[in-house]
Amino acid sequence: MYKTLLCQRYLRTRFIALASIISVMLGVATMIVVNSVMSGFSSQMRDRIHGLLADVVIESHSYDGVSDPDLQIRIAREVADDYIEAITPTVEVYGMLNFNFAGQWITKPVTLIGIEPEGKAKVGPLRSFLDSYNPVYAENEISRKALRPDSEQPNWNLSKDAVEYRREKIDRQKWYEEQLAAMEQAETPLIDPAAATVESENPEGAMPNDPFADPFGDSTAANADSEPADPYALMDGRVYVGVGLVSYPYRDPETGKMKTMMMAKPGDDVKISTVTAGRPPSHAAYQATIVDVFKSGMTEYDSNLVFCNLDELQEVRGMLSPATGKRAITSLHIKLKDYTQASDVVERLKSAFPPDQFVVKTWEQKQGPLLAAVEVESAILNVLLFLIIAVAGFGILAIFYMIVVEKTRDIGILKALGASSSGIMSIFLSYGLSLGVVGSGVGVVLGLLFVHYINEIEDVITWVTGRKVFDETIYYFPEIPTAVHPSMVISVALGAMLIAVLASVFPARRAARMHPVESLRRD
Amino acid sequence: MNQVLTPPAIQLSAVALDKTYRKGPEEVNVLRGVNLDVRRGEFLSIIGRSGSGKSTLLHLLGLLDSPDIGEIRLEGKRIDHLPAKTRDQLRNRVFGFVFQFYHLLPELTVLENVLSPLMIRYSSWEYWKRRKELQDKAQEMIQEVGLSHRLKHRPNQLSGGEMQRAAIARSLVSEPEILLADEPTGNLDVETGKGIIELLNRLNSERQLTIMMVTHDEAIAERAQRIVRLSKGQIENIRERAAG
Repeated sequence: MYKTLLCQRYLRTRFIALASIISVMLGVATMIVVNSVMSGFSSQMRDRIHGLLADVVIESHSYDGVSDPDLQIRIAREVADDYIEAITPTVEVYGMLNFNFAGQWITKPVTLIGIEPEGKAKVGPLRSFLDSYNPVYAENEISRKALRPDSEQPNWNLSKDAVEYRREKIDRQKWYEEQLAAMEQAETPLIDPAAATVESENPEGAMPNDPFADPFGDSTAANADSEPADPYALMDGRVYVGVGLVSYPYRDPETGKMKTMMMAKPGDDVKISTVTAGRPPSHAAYQATIVDVFKSGMTEYDSNLVFCNLDELQEVRGMLSPATGKRAITSLHIKLKDYTQASDVVERLKSAFPPDQFVVKTWEQKQGPLLAAVEVESAILNVLLFLIIAVAGFGILAIFYMIVVEKTRDIGILKALGASSSGIMSIFLSYGLSLGVVGSGVGVVLGLLFVHYINEIEDVITWVTGRKVFDETIYYFPEIPTAVHPSMVISVALGAMLIAVLASVFPARRAARMHPVESLRRD
Repeated sequence: MNQVLTPPAIQLSAVALDKTYRKGPEEVNVLRGVNLDVRRGEFLSIIGRSGSGKSTLLHLLGLLDSPDIGEIRLEGKRIDHLPAKTRDQLRNRVFGFVFQFYHLLPELTVLENVLSPLMIRYSSWEYWKRRKELQDKAQEMIQEVGLSHRLKHRPNQLSGGEMQRAAIARSLVSEPEILLADEPTGNLDVETGKGIIELLNRLNSERQLTIMMVTHDEAIAERAQRIVRLSKGQIENIRERAAG
């Protein structure tokens, strides 16, 4: 009883103990905040990778692919039908994306993924990545509503806004051409036929300073030539391009805020080059219309991936068997009913898809190095942060040591009154424990509050410093993602309490070993 | 030595006590072969100059320290070699201590200070169960020393005499058989000191409490029934005062 009473009195009367409580508290709060934000980021990242890939991916080694997707799907269903929710065939191949922006051609290396949008939407949350399905945020407010309803299946048609944009653009283009032709006729009555052809094929070359120049003048012109019936018709190739491929961030010179400049939009045409499936492979190129822009938040994907229509890609690459008319695919994306059974499914699929032709992997295995790197990073960060609490522990040790010295006489009195050494020791151990409990308790509350109001806090810091702390255009998040795992909170709190107790062991032992007479003599 | 007493009457005895303290490189031989028998219910005072070893003798008798040579016997049984736990319990139940500097715990109120030996004795659970009874007992003890109006005060709000009374109440609350007082009046003015001695005398006669008091003040020592004079770690003489 005297232990609790004294421990409680020491807690209330020793303000120096407050210092150690605060250091424990800050350590615990920091750990909780950092861990929550880290795991928020990492789970967002995992969601994004997972969403773009699929639970399980079967890939053929060769870019030529394997013939007959229906047969492959049947084989996969045969061995693991109970686990599979959806399968979609895809073709993956490297390529080049070319488009015209502000009078110059921009070329980017890309990974082309031929998909069927309906099928792809079944194996992963495709909609949530496509720009037209999601509202656009600016300053935490919706600045543009979603262009397509969520009920609309992802498809290769333009949204209403994109159709309008395309019409306007083509009309403007035509007008420019007419004006140009009229001007040229007026200026040079003697028409040079060679020059005229060049002009018509590359009109923006003639007007490099016009910001409204149509970068795809050549394609529209060609289009208009071949299909005079509908000058607004789309190209046969349709693509969803990663946002990083067709945009760049810049700082608005007036407001100083980061903005994104779109170099190509849905409705624009691009040129895609890739290799054919022949032996040896040769170059193939085709025109495609951007149907949508996707934004997964993973720079690696957003600046590398182009989803295109599967049949067009297969045609361009010559992946049609002339004999049977069957098409070839390079991979199957599979969604499982229960992801926890993934390794089981992978084993089953491996038995059906021979390893000399196919690789079967879960999305985690495919992204192994990246996920491992994130885990290592978070582990190291945790070790470093725990050192903060360890520092607090040494603070407790020093303060306790002083308190023990200060209380030497009282320890002698207690011993004279019959208190045992273990009793004396437990006064200081429970004192340490209470510091740990109070410190980590307040720390947990503080940390959780901080995490809960992290975006408001960010706003305040932004307002005070005048600089954006968390720039959504860089991170692609409208707000800071957080994820609080109760197990993390509990282990941080327990760890802090343990450190507080461990730090008090040494002073407590010293107190317990004091000789009653010598302690009493200290006056 | 020359007092031959009937064996049952002897409550506490020191047999050939030797104690040496180390003060830096020097060894100080504080007690050199002290023999002393304390009778049940007597008021004994130990007098001597500073450094004569009187406090050390009291500490050894009260098991606050252990002798290098010799034995402490309680009711004829040796107690100084017992395990630490048992000695802790003896200190709690058999002995009561009063010190020159009161040695109250500054964080606790008078009532809590007086209760502290009982808190030490009982487990938290048992104390909780019996807290009413124990608190009554403590209050009764505080009343006996005349401090009822100071229950909730902290030691630093009390005068020296009041603090010593509180310390006496604390030493009595565990109903000890022997009260060991180390210069109980050493820090008090004569008048207050007299009050404390009267209190001790009253406790001795009313409760049949064995009291051993260390003092360097001849006048105070004279209030005891027997006076032991220590000099240079040895007993110089033991003098019986005529009852009065």
